[in-house]
Amino acid sequence: MDAGHDTNPRVGFFVTCIVDAMRPNIGFASLKLLEEAGCTVEVPAAQTCCGQPAFNSGDDATTKRLAKQVIEAFEPYDYIVVPSGSCASMIRSHYGELFDDDPAWRDRQRVVSAKTWEILSFLTDVMKYAPKASYAGTATYHDSCSGLRDLGVHDQPRALLGQVDGLSLVPLEGNNECCGFGGTFCVKYPELSTAIVTDKTTKIKATKADTLLGGDMGCLMNMAGKLSREGEDMRVFHTIEVLAGMADGPGICAPKLK
Amino acid sequence: MKQTSHQFSENVTRALAEPTLKIALDRTTTLLRTRRAKVIDAFPEYAKARETAQKIKDHTLDNLGHYLRQFEENAIASGAQVYWAATPAEARKTVTDICKAEGAKTATRVKSMLGEEIGIGEALADAGVERIETDLAEHIIQLAGDPPSHIVMPAMHKTQEQVAELFAAKHKEPSEEQDVTSLVGSARRELRAKFMNADISISGANFLIADTGSFVTVTNEGNAELTTTPPKTHIVTVGIEKIVPSLKHAAVFLRLLSRAAIGTEITQYTTFFNGPKRDGDRDGPENLHIVLVDNHRSDMLSDFLRPMLRCIRCGACMNHCPVYAAVGGHAYGAVYPGPMGSVLTPAMTGLKGSKDLPNACTLNGRCREVCPVNIPLTDMLRALRAKQFDEGMPTPMTKWALRLWGVMATRPALYRFGTGVSNMALRLLARGRGKITSVPLAGGWTRTRDLPEPEAGTFMQQYKKRR
Repeated sequence: MDAGHDTNPRVGFFVTCIVDAMRPNIGFASLKLLEEAGCTVEVPAAQTCCGQPAFNSGDDATTKRLAKQVIEAFEPYDYIVVPSGSCASMIRSHYGELFDDDPAWRDRQRVVSAKTWEILSFLTDVMKYAPKASYAGTATYHDSCSGLRDLGVHDQPRALLGQVDGLSLVPLEGNNECCGFGGTFCVKYPELSTAIVTDKTTKIKATKADTLLGGDMGCLMNMAGKLSREGEDMRVFHTIEVLAGMADGPGICAPKLK
Repeated sequence: MKQTSHQFSENVTRALAEPTLKIALDRTTTLLRTRRAKVIDAFPEYAKARETAQKIKDHTLDNLGHYLRQFEENAIASGAQVYWAATPAEARKTVTDICKAEGAKTATRVKSMLGEEIGIGEALADAGVERIETDLAEHIIQLAGDPPSHIVMPAMHKTQEQVAELFAAKHKEPSEEQDVTSLVGSARRELRAKFMNADISISGANFLIADTGSFVTVTNEGNAELTTTPPKTHIVTVGIEKIVPSLKHAAVFLRLLSRAAIGTEITQYTTFFNGPKRDGDRDGPENLHIVLVDNHRSDMLSDFLRPMLRCIRCGACMNHCPVYAAVGGHAYGAVYPGPMGSVLTPAMTGLKGSKDLPNACTLNGRCREVCPVNIPLTDMLRALRAKQFDEGMPTPMTKWALRLWGVMATRPALYRFGTGVSNMALRLLARGRGKITSVPLAGGWTRTRDLPEPEAGTFMQQYKKRR
């Protein structure tokens, strides 16, 4: 990537299917921060899903069709930015497994994969962005697995959150352990998923934090859904909402503000 | 053991209903995770050692035939007899024949997963030989009549309190106290004489050394040495992937194995065996039989499961697996549990009888992260799902749902329409409460968790309006 891009890159924003359907606020918070960081952001209309549900169900043919759709829609941009470690990793780390026997698409895929970023690491590592937000609360942070292990997203969210006025961050025991979401796993094996998320919420509650943050809506929905069912009034947000100063509304699963 | 992986879901339900199981699993997995992290942190060459170990295994697998032949030649030269078994049945027959030829009545056994894999217990029973398990945890599960639930700690499913009860009921001279030292003392009194009087000893091997024909066992109890020294005959059953070219290569793995397995720098006992008792030796077996077992390893060598043959059976993947930690090893219903087992079981016994195993995984990748030989476990589990899909194994419902979703997701305009409709439907269910407590067809989620109420309008709808 040449140096010019980093001052005013053209970014294709991939909102992800879960954020699109459930919590657009994460998408708008992302747009706000990307623009503040100096990016020109566009949202290609030809986007739906990265293909992970098909990929993890072993349906490689459907995955390939969706991957091609993503590649076509996003190849014009300098960067593809995604508010999810898991979907970013699907494009960046796993698309390469699909086009072994298709050299023309493989070349296009490699270019797109290499310029795909999870948003928190993109803001820090590429844009050197410093947030200007404030948030009153004590938060704990869960590292979602794909972002952590496939993309090395660990220090970036902590560095960003460390600059938010009024926010104190407390460590979560087992922060690098799976929450039990696992995409299709949570509906195929609900008992296992529940057992795993129960361990997770026990550890979250032990932190005494009033806010839970993370970088993946799927995992956040899982943990927030369980905390809500347990009667906890913990506020659950995507990190980007806090960084954009857009965590003033209800958290995930919380009642609407009257 | 009787394989029950085809009824994985029932096994899970049973395991989750077992109150002491969770206590036992939490205690041990937490301890093992903490100890491993500490000892790896204190091992600056870890990354390099792991990379070297992977290279050694890959090289050895690339030249497996060569090194196995070299091992056979050198083992025979050392005075051992070498047998080849393509299947568990062949391996069992070899063991039974040796026992019968020796007229053996009792056999002491050193825990080995390969032994479980081939059904060594059954083989000994067929030969009318009494089997005496000498590993403390194996002794526990032999008394309890359980199969192993972990490849390194076969009694992981039992709490210390349960072990104390079991010993009190079954040992001739149980201890009054229930602390670990007293329990070990109780087992020692029970087993010591049996060690000395057995006709045959049976062990596995952690490594086979090609250029010397020797083999290596590692234990923390010293039972391998005590088991294999007094009896006249020693039988070794071992998988063909355990081979390494030479001693110096084995040393690389010895630095990794115990650290990954139980978080110690080295095992208490590491023994290099070479041939039977020689003239002038004070002790040792007169006859040494080495049974090299394939059991689908050659098949794995030639497909996408090949990296699985790097496995050194440390158990780190299961110690760090959230599914294993929730239900323990028995739920997998097969000899090898946890992530490595979910790859090995389909490979060794067929995908049809173990359909759930590759799927019952969140693909969180912690297993691969802690694997000392960097086996891409999650990639292989996903590849097994693709194989299932190609072989038509998903249920019609799953296939139909995926196909419908695929049709929608590859037509953005249709997809927008669909997400708009579901957005409205979910908001109706939420009735403005911010959460949804029950969703038709999504009971798996809403039985135990709320679903958030979606915002009014999808991102794409709102974005279109705003710009």
